[in-house]
Amino acid sequence: MPIILDKVSHVYGEDTAMAVTALKNISLVIPDGQFIGLIGHTGSGKSTLIQHLNGLIKATSGNIYFNGEDIDADDFDKKRLRSKVGLVFQYPEHQLFETDVFSDVCYGPKNLGLTQKEIQLRAYEALKLVGIEDEYFYQSPFDLSGGQKRRVAIAGVLAMKPEVLILDEPTAGLDPEGRDEILDQISKLKKETGITVILVSHSMEDVAKYVDRIIVMNRGSVMFDDEPKEVFRHCEELESVGLAAPQVTYIMKKLRDNGYDVRDDVTTIEEAKTEIIRYFSNLKSAKTRG
Amino acid sequence: MLRDITLGQYYQTDSVIHRLDPRVKLAATIIFIISLFVFNDIAGYIVAALFLAIVIKLSKVPFKFMVKGMKAIVFLLIITVVFNLFLTPGEPVLRIWKLTITKEGIKLAAFLVIRLSFLIIGSSVMTLTTTPNQLTDGMESLMSPLKKLKVPVHEVAMMMSIALRFIPILMEETDKIMKAQMARGADFESGNVIKKAKSLVPLLVPLFISAFRRANDLAMAMEARCYRGGEHRTRMKPLHYVKRDFAAYACVALYLITGAAAGRIAETVCALL
Repeated sequence: MPIILDKVSHVYGEDTAMAVTALKNISLVIPDGQFIGLIGHTGSGKSTLIQHLNGLIKATSGNIYFNGEDIDADDFDKKRLRSKVGLVFQYPEHQLFETDVFSDVCYGPKNLGLTQKEIQLRAYEALKLVGIEDEYFYQSPFDLSGGQKRRVAIAGVLAMKPEVLILDEPTAGLDPEGRDEILDQISKLKKETGITVILVSHSMEDVAKYVDRIIVMNRGSVMFDDEPKEVFRHCEELESVGLAAPQVTYIMKKLRDNGYDVRDDVTTIEEAKTEIIRYFSNLKSAKTRG
Repeated sequence: MLRDITLGQYYQTDSVIHRLDPRVKLAATIIFIISLFVFNDIAGYIVAALFLAIVIKLSKVPFKFMVKGMKAIVFLLIITVVFNLFLTPGEPVLRIWKLTITKEGIKLAAFLVIRLSFLIIGSSVMTLTTTPNQLTDGMESLMSPLKKLKVPVHEVAMMMSIALRFIPILMEETDKIMKAQMARGADFESGNVIKKAKSLVPLLVPLFISAFRRANDLAMAMEARCYRGGEHRTRMKPLHYVKRDFAAYACVALYLITGAAAGRIAETVCALL
């Protein structure tokens, strides 16, 4: 189910003295099955943009098409849209409310009006997907650790079986271990189910490691929209808007500047490792030959 | 939807009214409200209306912001008008079935509408032109004589400013949780009363939890900075009266005298003509 944004703008507090333009003429195509990283400085309009995608905020001007249908049309079923486009907010654990983990995850599918059996099946699957063990199912969600709470909350959205999953800074405030767990699970989920995933983040490392397309937002406009490699080539421009390329990209650039003939469009540690090994083994073989 | 509540919202402009000492504004508002209930003739209300109009004009706040606050009391107004119209004994004017409208009833209803709407607009002017912090500072300073009677003035003022400070935060939080639950298919609008009330559980539970969490964090942060109440605390911005504040007090006094005497002045003018 592709999503198409056509010249979408959004103004907060329109017609008041405090009007703020959050989005300016955004046009994007989000095809099926992509893993997209949405990055931008605080206040660049990321969160506003993603709330448009499932109809929580109405565009001030412009149109959004989900599977070819205009989502602001009067006869468009927003509830159905929200079940297809799952949105996980920042600090999603703050939305937990039920007495036990399992019923909280059931809340979403229950709102879809499914049968009891289907609801429970989906909740079970979703909890398994995020790696929550059976022993936690009937505990209060408030007794879990931060990372577990967050995974339960993500399961609450996954249980709706969305075709597009949007995560707004899913790793904010987690320790490195919790962060890697969540991101690995998301990428596993992406591989297993083939759904579209949009990951909002300002950690370049996180994004570079997983996604196949990066959209950089700056002051309500799209600044870059390309493959990670291509985007991180512009590291000076990224820095000028308060972002940066992954650290490893800088290391490779430095190496290159110091006369080592390595590629500098490397974005993950794995790639860097292979590249450096390649460089030195070439060097070695050149030496033995010479 | 939650942003429609104007009562208690600050509107930033650069005006004389904004720059006045909060104590002046508080005292003037209280005097204005009392005056509304003391005046009991049309002439007095004309003076009050003029006074209010001048203050609004000076404050540079768009009039529609003041009227927004009125929406909240429309229902109350209608009820008081209806009761006063039909239940005031006196000279009958109109008879509908068993209900009679009396001359006194009309007068009373009209006065009540004027009083209540002026009261709301008058206090809106104050809250729109004074930041919550200034307001509580002013209150603390005005009430400080009560300290002698062992009233915990500083603590009360602190609680008020914290409460006021938390309103926008909690409103934002409500908005966020509502959206998060809507993303999970929640529906807060349709259904009957019971269904609607039930649908609020996923909103209220997280909201309460977050309110407690925030309160806890704040208490912790205050304690970490050794906060221990009002004794010996100094201020970064102590309140000082300047010339314009005394001028404002004079204006309020002038208003009060003209308003109280307006009826008699009008009578003499009429008699002379």
